[in-house]
Amino acid sequence: MLEDLYQEVILDHSKRPRNFHHMADATRHVEGYNPLCGDKLKLFVKLDGETVQDISFVGAGCAISTASASLMTETVKGKSRAEAAQMMERFHDLLTTEKPRKADLGKLEVFSGVREFPARVKCATLAWHTLKSALTGAGEVVSTE
Amino acid sequence: MAAVTELGAPTSAQREQFPVLSQRVHGKPLVYLDNAATTQKPQSVIDAMNQFYQSDNSNIHRGVHELSERSTRHYEEARVKLQNFINAGDWREIVFVRGVTEGINLVAYTFGRKHINEGDEIVISAMEHHSNIVPWQILCEEKRALLRIAPINERGELLLDEFESLLNPRTKLVSVVHVSNALGTINPVAEITRVAHRHGVPVFIDGAQAVAHMKVDVQALDCDFYSFSAHKMFGPTGIGVLFGKKDLLNGMPPYQGGGDMIRSVTFAKTTYNDLPYKFEAGTPNIAGTIGMGAAADYINGIGLDRITPYERDLLAYGTRQLERIPGLRIIGTAREKASVLSFVLEGVHPHDVGTILDREGVAVRTGHHCAQPVLEWFGVPATTRASLAFYNTREDIDALVAGIGKVREIFA
Repeated sequence: MLEDLYQEVILDHSKRPRNFHHMADATRHVEGYNPLCGDKLKLFVKLDGETVQDISFVGAGCAISTASASLMTETVKGKSRAEAAQMMERFHDLLTTEKPRKADLGKLEVFSGVREFPARVKCATLAWHTLKSALTGAGEVVSTE
Repeated sequence: MAAVTELGAPTSAQREQFPVLSQRVHGKPLVYLDNAATTQKPQSVIDAMNQFYQSDNSNIHRGVHELSERSTRHYEEARVKLQNFINAGDWREIVFVRGVTEGINLVAYTFGRKHINEGDEIVISAMEHHSNIVPWQILCEEKRALLRIAPINERGELLLDEFESLLNPRTKLVSVVHVSNALGTINPVAEITRVAHRHGVPVFIDGAQAVAHMKVDVQALDCDFYSFSAHKMFGPTGIGVLFGKKDLLNGMPPYQGGGDMIRSVTFAKTTYNDLPYKFEAGTPNIAGTIGMGAAADYINGIGLDRITPYERDLLAYGTRQLERIPGLRIIGTAREKASVLSFVLEGVHPHDVGTILDREGVAVRTGHHCAQPVLEWFGVPATTRASLAFYNTREDIDALVAGIGKVREIFA
């Protein structure tokens, strides 16, 4: 159902993405790119030890990828690297598994409708793949630029 | 419904010839508007290919047995059908390839490697598909040659004067698209060829988006190479034609080595076969070739003299209807245009448009259409593209417009 995909929360975050700005003092920034549709986003992360102290993004993408990036930044801010990695796995599960384990992802569960739209799964996971790259980078700025 | 039949509009019997079109998608009647990606296949094409596998299947050009003779005959008959389809002067000028992509690669690999050297130049246009960019980039890198880009205006029309100013004694080839897949622009390929020839430069034309929509006459165009794919003219995927002038083809080295492209082989020396077999190594896509011949028959049966004006009218109707939608901008507004309605909708990404239209049964393409440079020129990362074939109707356009209404509702 279209209504399951374009839920109010998703539309809201796509029109008014949160944490949508550059970050001058980011410790890492990574560019995510979906060559299939041309969606691009740039993710900024400020790590304080193991904690994601701050996170933001800029870029142009569809409603699903923009909302996903926006909600992701809200969710992982203040979390540890390990917690973020775990969420990433559960999020991926939520989108791709027939009967996902208890997701326990709070607001992020609005994306469960994406499962019915296989062509759009990559839109929802682009931000998370980019985050993974930012968090597992070898302590340096990881950039495709 | 459809009480008034427009001149040249497809009859329901003609639409029924396309089995795919009669289905429902997500509970809605399918409205297929992705013809620039690939067209649907009429029963006659499907039957011709089935017939081959069911009763004639055999390899060509070798067996002395009945089946091989039949296969060979049907294969070569298809060549003549396609020769006539684009009015080539000689059947030997019709080389079967996998599609336009291979046609371009073949010319880059053979003609290009032989005639293009360090410091030479190849001219393409700013509206090319990746397939008419990348093979030349590969060649230019290898040969230290230069790829030059003829610019376009804000309508998406080639600037002929600027194009001509790029031509110089180092220019060894011009390669342009006949009809742009991203914009729908019909390039003045006869004029382009005349200009290039005035400078002594041969011309390759990518006809992928042209042949299902307008009559192509390679002798009238006087182009040196012309390539088109079956699947964009109601035929199967994986088969297409490269036309080349005989003298040019004869002077080119072979493309791939193998069976059928040789006259005799010894470990000391191999002599190559005559045209067109010199370029057709290995067992070809026989069923596909027969299907492509059947597709040409099918188009001839409807008549491009009917298809062209009907589609022009349908495109004008679609343009008018889309222009009335607030926040919608059509990308590509050339005065000479065919088939393509590419657009962006303010505040909505094409992917979201495509998903919502799909749920309304309307199939369109979204993305960069393998033509990233031209979209970049227009300042958009992607568009939604509706592309027409003769079997589309005003009702299809109306369904598209209604679907866009739904998009605007959701994103209001």
